[in-house]
Amino acid sequence: MPRILAVDDSPSMRQMVSFTLSSAGYEVTEAEDGAVALNKARGDRFDLVLADVNMPNLDGISLIKALRDLPDYRYTPMLMLTTEAGDGKKQEGRAAGATGWIVKPFNPEQLLATLKRVLPA
Amino acid sequence: MSIDLSRFHAGFFEESLEGLAVMEAGLLALEDGSADGETLHAIFRAAHSIKGGAGSFGFTRISQATHHLETLLDELRSGHREADASVLRVLYQSLDGVRAMIAAAQAGEPMPEAQIQAFEAALKAVLDPSATVKADSAVAPGARAESTSTGWNISFAPSSALLSTGNEPLLLMQALSELGTLSGEVHIPDDLHLPDLAPDDCRLSWRLRLETAANEAAVRDIFAWVEDCCVLTLSPIPDRVETPQPVTLTAKTQQVPPTAAADADHADPQSPARLPTASIRVGVDKVDVLINLVGELVITQAMLQQASSELDPAMFERLYAGLAQLERNTRALQASVLAVRMLPVGTVFSRFPRLVRDLADKFGKKVRLVLDGEGTELDKGMIERITDPLTHLLRNALDHGLETPAERLAAGKPEEGRLKLSARHASGAIVLEIEDDGRGLNRDRIVARALERGVISQPPATPAEIDQLIFEPGFSTAETVTDVSGRGVGMDVVRKNVLALGGRIDLSTTPGQGTRITVRLPLTLAILDGMSIAVGDEVFIVPIASVLESFLPGPEHLPPLGGNQCLVKVRERYLPLIRLSERFGLPSGVDGPGIAVVVEADGRRLALMVDALVGQQQVVIKSLEQNYQTVPGIAGATILGDGRVALILDVAQLASESALAVAA
Repeated sequence: MPRILAVDDSPSMRQMVSFTLSSAGYEVTEAEDGAVALNKARGDRFDLVLADVNMPNLDGISLIKALRDLPDYRYTPMLMLTTEAGDGKKQEGRAAGATGWIVKPFNPEQLLATLKRVLPA
Repeated sequence: MSIDLSRFHAGFFEESLEGLAVMEAGLLALEDGSADGETLHAIFRAAHSIKGGAGSFGFTRISQATHHLETLLDELRSGHREADASVLRVLYQSLDGVRAMIAAAQAGEPMPEAQIQAFEAALKAVLDPSATVKADSAVAPGARAESTSTGWNISFAPSSALLSTGNEPLLLMQALSELGTLSGEVHIPDDLHLPDLAPDDCRLSWRLRLETAANEAAVRDIFAWVEDCCVLTLSPIPDRVETPQPVTLTAKTQQVPPTAAADADHADPQSPARLPTASIRVGVDKVDVLINLVGELVITQAMLQQASSELDPAMFERLYAGLAQLERNTRALQASVLAVRMLPVGTVFSRFPRLVRDLADKFGKKVRLVLDGEGTELDKGMIERITDPLTHLLRNALDHGLETPAERLAAGKPEEGRLKLSARHASGAIVLEIEDDGRGLNRDRIVARALERGVISQPPATPAEIDQLIFEPGFSTAETVTDVSGRGVGMDVVRKNVLALGGRIDLSTTPGQGTRITVRLPLTLAILDGMSIAVGDEVFIVPIASVLESFLPGPEHLPPLGGNQCLVKVRERYLPLIRLSERFGLPSGVDGPGIAVVVEADGRRLALMVDALVGQQQVVIKSLEQNYQTVPGIAGATILGDGRVALILDVAQLASESALAVAA
């Protein structure tokens, strides 16, 4: 059962993501900002990281960059949750080592469909 | 899958109101000069969260309206704009507008459109007009490329950065194959030296052919995450199917040269021919015509074999050899054609994890669903019709079989129950099993309830017979309507459905340890495992699945009841007896009582008196309704090896007739 680290500063978004993923059989760990997420990731190994971009303390793109530098997360898929349909944040994320992105708003079905592109069934 | 998002609404409203408070405090701080560097970021994040949440939870209007607010805040945050008095005024106005929208959503009232449009207009007025143009133009690329080709030739050569960002070519291919039929080949460079290869260095490249109705944008979207670390080219597959008549020849010559030219560097003349063979789509009706024709062929082959048996093998050696080969080929053809209709049972299984989760939630139980043998193949028609019975069996197992976590702990079991759904092939049939590690059947309660409901008049002798009671019509009390799986049905309905598919259902249970329900189904609806029986000059087919036993009845089985005897005594139990010769008005070919075949259908047992058992064989089912008319007691017909027509008995119908006769 793949383990997912879901990072978002909005509790309701986190809840929705977490509920959707655990309903689909994934094991979800939540974190409320990038700094908390980085701490949780260091003491653990996740199969996928989902990170909101705009967060206090440590934003999603810095989180992904920091994780990518850890040997354990060198090849781990990391997706950013971004509201921006434009290219700016996506390119910034790619440069930081993000695998891809999910554009907010998204619904549970879209989230699960996107995960299939980074986690083997 | 669909998830009801309303459960998150309350949280979203609360958070949004908190966010609005943060924004308001921030704006006040900006105004009185007490703001620091973080203030604008906090305001922006709050607006951003409201917009994102509103969109995700289905409040599209709120999401739309906050978009411009977010844009303006972003310009302030990045220093592209000063927070002067006019800007602050618009921000306060927007804040009130968003608060009014949240309040309306919370109360389930219509959006305050006038107020929204006012602050939207004010926001647009202060914003740089180029921002809106940019947002609009972002939509444009998706709109172009409405090509009506049959699909796309895709060349995909990732650079080494692809793997190091956590992307995986295989998953991209899977995503592509969901758009249509994907075929293709991988190119391995000639100079590949494995010992020197870095683990994240992707040196493979692919040439793919995707037959799909999807447009270029949809295909490119799959590569969106990797477009900066691969070389990707897409070209439409020339549309050959739509072109009229003179076609097939030109199409071939058309196709090869361009492909070969484009792929000169791969220099593999074989590849263009290999690509298009992956799969074709055909209607189920066409497959059914094939299955029917093969059925006829099997019968013809059996007739030829029968006819040849009168010939001298020594004189007609070559004919015999040919017929033997014909038999092998016919069987192989039949198996191949039937395989076309086969689908993995996983297509049904895949819907159960969610169902089990929701049900466990409803019933307050903890359960782990284990699926096994999803790849086992089953006839398409069968798959469609087994879904409901399986759903009800799972539902029953969760509702009645598994205990609550507290009960399980008290019984010394792990808190989490285990529910296993498996499929496997066993001797020409498919076996589906639903196994739980719950409390098992409570036989005392079953007997008590069966007596109370008048299902039986006295307690059965053996535990196995008690267990069978749950399949009896009238036993179940499942009448509760749930929002999860619709109306719960009784086990009698489940069994009826399974029997209608030519299958059978069995149950074994160990009190305190669990229950296992086994559903055995024929592989296909077109062929039936039958027992052929003789009555006079006629041969009938009884579906094997309904045959329990057969025996030569002696005087002890046929108690002297006088008159038209219609009962037979089997192990201290009286069963209705139908003499097929009488039932179908045929002269019996034997003097004595014949042979009694005990059959079961719809939970009713009865004995059929026949002249002789002929043998067991697979028969191809022909519809009597379509070719003649409905005959009570007859489910269909088949053609025997010697060319004679044999009728297939409708055991369920005979059983209900006999029940009426006994009652009368």
